Amino acid sequence: MQQTADILVVDDEQVILDAVKKICTAEAFRVTCTAEAHEAERMLEGEIFLVMLCDIMMPQMDGFQLLEVARRRAPMMPVVMMTGFSTVENAVRSLRDGAIDFVPKPFTSDELVSAVRRAARLRSHREDIQSSPAGRGDTSLLVVPCPPKYVRLGYASWVSLQEGGTALIGVSHLFTRVIDSAGSIELQDPNSEVVQGTACAQVRTTDGLSHPVLAPVSGRIVETNSGIATSVSSIEKDPYFSGWLYRVIPSDVDYEVPQLTPCSSGDLY
Amino acid sequence: MRFFQHIGFKLILVVGLVAILIISIFAYFNIQSLRTNLQAEVERHANQLSETVKYSTRLDMLENQRDRIHQAINEIGRQQSIGKIRVLNKTGQIIYSSVENDIGTFVDKNAESCYACHSADRPLERLAITERTRVFQVHPDSSRMLGIINPIYNEQACWSAPCHVHPQQQTVLGVLDVTLPLNEVDKTIRSSRLEMLWFALSSVLALSIIIGLFVQRWVATPVAGLLKATQQVADGNMNHRIHSERKDQLGKLARSFDNMTDKLSEARLQLFQSDKLASLGRLAAGVAHEINNPLTGVLTYSSFLLKRTAHQPEMQEDLKVIVRETLRSREIVKSLLDFARQSVPKKSEADLHEIIERSIAVVQNQLTLRQVELVKNFDAGLPRMTLDANQIQQVFINLIVNGIDAMGNKPGRITIGSSQLRLSLVGMAQVKKAACPKRHSLIDQNMRIEGLASVRVKMRVASEEGFLYIDPLYGRRRDQTSFPVAAGVLRQLSCTECAASLHEPDVVCPLCGAPAFAVEVPTQGKREACTRQGCDWQRWEAMDTGGLREYAEVTVSDTGCGIPAEDLPRIFEPFFSTKGQKGTGLGLSVIWGIIDNHNGTIKVESEVQRGTTFRIRLPIQQPR
Repeated sequence: MQQTADILVVDDEQVILDAVKKICTAEAFRVTCTAEAHEAERMLEGEIFLVMLCDIMMPQMDGFQLLEVARRRAPMMPVVMMTGFSTVENAVRSLRDGAIDFVPKPFTSDELVSAVRRAARLRSHREDIQSSPAGRGDTSLLVVPCPPKYVRLGYASWVSLQEGGTALIGVSHLFTRVIDSAGSIELQDPNSEVVQGTACAQVRTTDGLSHPVLAPVSGRIVETNSGIATSVSSIEKDPYFSGWLYRVIPSDVDYEVPQLTPCSSGDLY
Repeated sequence: MRFFQHIGFKLILVVGLVAILIISIFAYFNIQSLRTNLQAEVERHANQLSETVKYSTRLDMLENQRDRIHQAINEIGRQQSIGKIRVLNKTGQIIYSSVENDIGTFVDKNAESCYACHSADRPLERLAITERTRVFQVHPDSSRMLGIINPIYNEQACWSAPCHVHPQQQTVLGVLDVTLPLNEVDKTIRSSRLEMLWFALSSVLALSIIIGLFVQRWVATPVAGLLKATQQVADGNMNHRIHSERKDQLGKLARSFDNMTDKLSEARLQLFQSDKLASLGRLAAGVAHEINNPLTGVLTYSSFLLKRTAHQPEMQEDLKVIVRETLRSREIVKSLLDFARQSVPKKSEADLHEIIERSIAVVQNQLTLRQVELVKNFDAGLPRMTLDANQIQQVFINLIVNGIDAMGNKPGRITIGSSQLRLSLVGMAQVKKAACPKRHSLIDQNMRIEGLASVRVKMRVASEEGFLYIDPLYGRRRDQTSFPVAAGVLRQLSCTECAASLHEPDVVCPLCGAPAFAVEVPTQGKREACTRQGCDWQRWEAMDTGGLREYAEVTVSDTGCGIPAEDLPRIFEPFFSTKGQKGTGLGLSVIWGIIDNHNGTIKVESEVQRGTTFRIRLPIQQPR
């Protein structure tokens, strides 16, 4: 097994492959493209990629099947799903099935770059964790997992059901490590709606990129955390408690929460 | 159509035959009685004649004046209406006759004039009056004759007469035989018969014509209309109507047919519209997906170029436009997808009045501009409710805008009222989710009972296996089975997927004692019913004990142009619009969908030129 490229892009549309290749190459990534899911499957067998970008709707084999193959053959490799059929169901399913991100088409080059950067950083983070067992290596590399009673969407956002029917939404410690150096956060107004699997906030980092936070549940925002609007560093310092983003009234807990991963599952990102 | 199959022909045939039969029977008896009467008349005449001859010749007989007797008989017999007058003696010799040649000849005792007395071996001595007459025909060609014999009895004057021709012992001295031709009678009967025949023929003809005309007018024409209509409808022309004004059964049939076509075309339209909406959704989703790929090409390249040309401000401006407009396209496609998806309501607790106020705020400008007064009749005691504030706001904005549009250019008034009411759940509660003990869903979207998805369970009766479709509306009992089951038969019911039995071992039907079965309604307990076909028992504890449910009722009334009665049943259909180019026809159908998703109902009452009222009922507590 050898690494011939950093990123494997799988999409049945040539224009997407070209665009992704161009943008990622400009970011100094080596890119391999294929329009065939089966070819991607073969490539995963013999080669190592840092990150895979994968379309969902493809002939022969859909993105979810390829995701499953990738999870089995290259568990370390973060997979980013991208689709023109950007439904909530597709987004939530992608993250539940082990993709680390979901980028709805059409996307801008910045959106793509930020997703790829996060994926690459998550990859190196995973490698770091593997190579330095807890207690012996650099503990600062280790992340604080979300509290057991929380549930999370992918690795990035969590929700905690509160007494009185509200729920708190926030980002994970790993997310803050992956985006690195949050500069500011753009929150939605209170009283507006958030929808599960779609962006509910944008975290701007000092490198000029903008990172979307995908809402883990749908609901109406009743309160935003005024603390983080002024001092964004609190989401890095205490992401699970004082660093929450929104207090929402969830609209369909019964349906949405079972789609999420309990933090107590022990299944680390 | 072949002539013989024509209903008019059949009717004429039957009526004609009946008429002929009746007239024939009537004619038969009529002619029979005519014949009897005429014959009796001739007979009476013959009898009189016979007596006249007898008495007019009596004296001559006694005096034995044969010439005079002969002359008298000749004179009388010359009359045209008299056939023959003969006098026979005891030996059968004709002694007098109006026909000269007969005189002196003997009559055979077997001849027709002798039957009456000589049919028995011994000659009769007395003959009853009725037995004296006879009708006979000499030749088959000749006319019939009526003969009357008048025995000349021996009397004292005869044997004491000076001629002493007759001894005293003799009883009958001879016979006066008068025959009269019956040709007059027969002629009358013949002409009467002919008359009857004409009568029969002309009445049958007249009947046929009358029946033919009426059948044509009352049966054939409307039937042809119906036939044409059925063919038109069969060919797919749902707009064809018969418009019959008739009051009879065929008129009723025609109206019923029109009604059926109305319903059929409505149902077809509804099916067509919902199909259209569904395909529009699929189309939108498909287009969105297809268009997102090229849009990605444009957006990635343009945004990439924008970044790469930061040092070329003149290009930056143009590229920014491309990026901005592509992002706009992205939003359009997203909203198209949102429409296609008919999003699930995101319910949370909210104040209904606040939502209405927000809706009013959105359309306030339009209200002022169009001089529409808005009156609020709110029930201040209305509690907070669980609903999707955005969707409900959309409902009220739509209804108010509809109200404003209905005013035309005239000033008017829109009244929004709210109140609280309690309605029984029985007949309102619908099973929207149902599961077997192993949590397999039993809802069948394909088999709908009155438009609502049914609950499908596997049913076994004896060796036959099929499905029972349970009416999802609690309190209404329109269950259906996939094969006919006789009432009273016990059914084995199980899950369609895992075959787990749905029977409740501890529960028996209180009505008939049969075992009960149940389906699980998630979070709302069990809905039980009887396994016996035809038994109406059902129980849903959560609904029964829930008693009355609290509803908020909001009415939105306008003083606008109203909705014609024929449009009322269709206004909630997708794409039904009375606004022409102004509307898409989706507004009210979206409203209906939103209210339905909130387990509520929406009804409309309207009077043309008076206004329209929409009545919305929403449960205050959403079932969890």
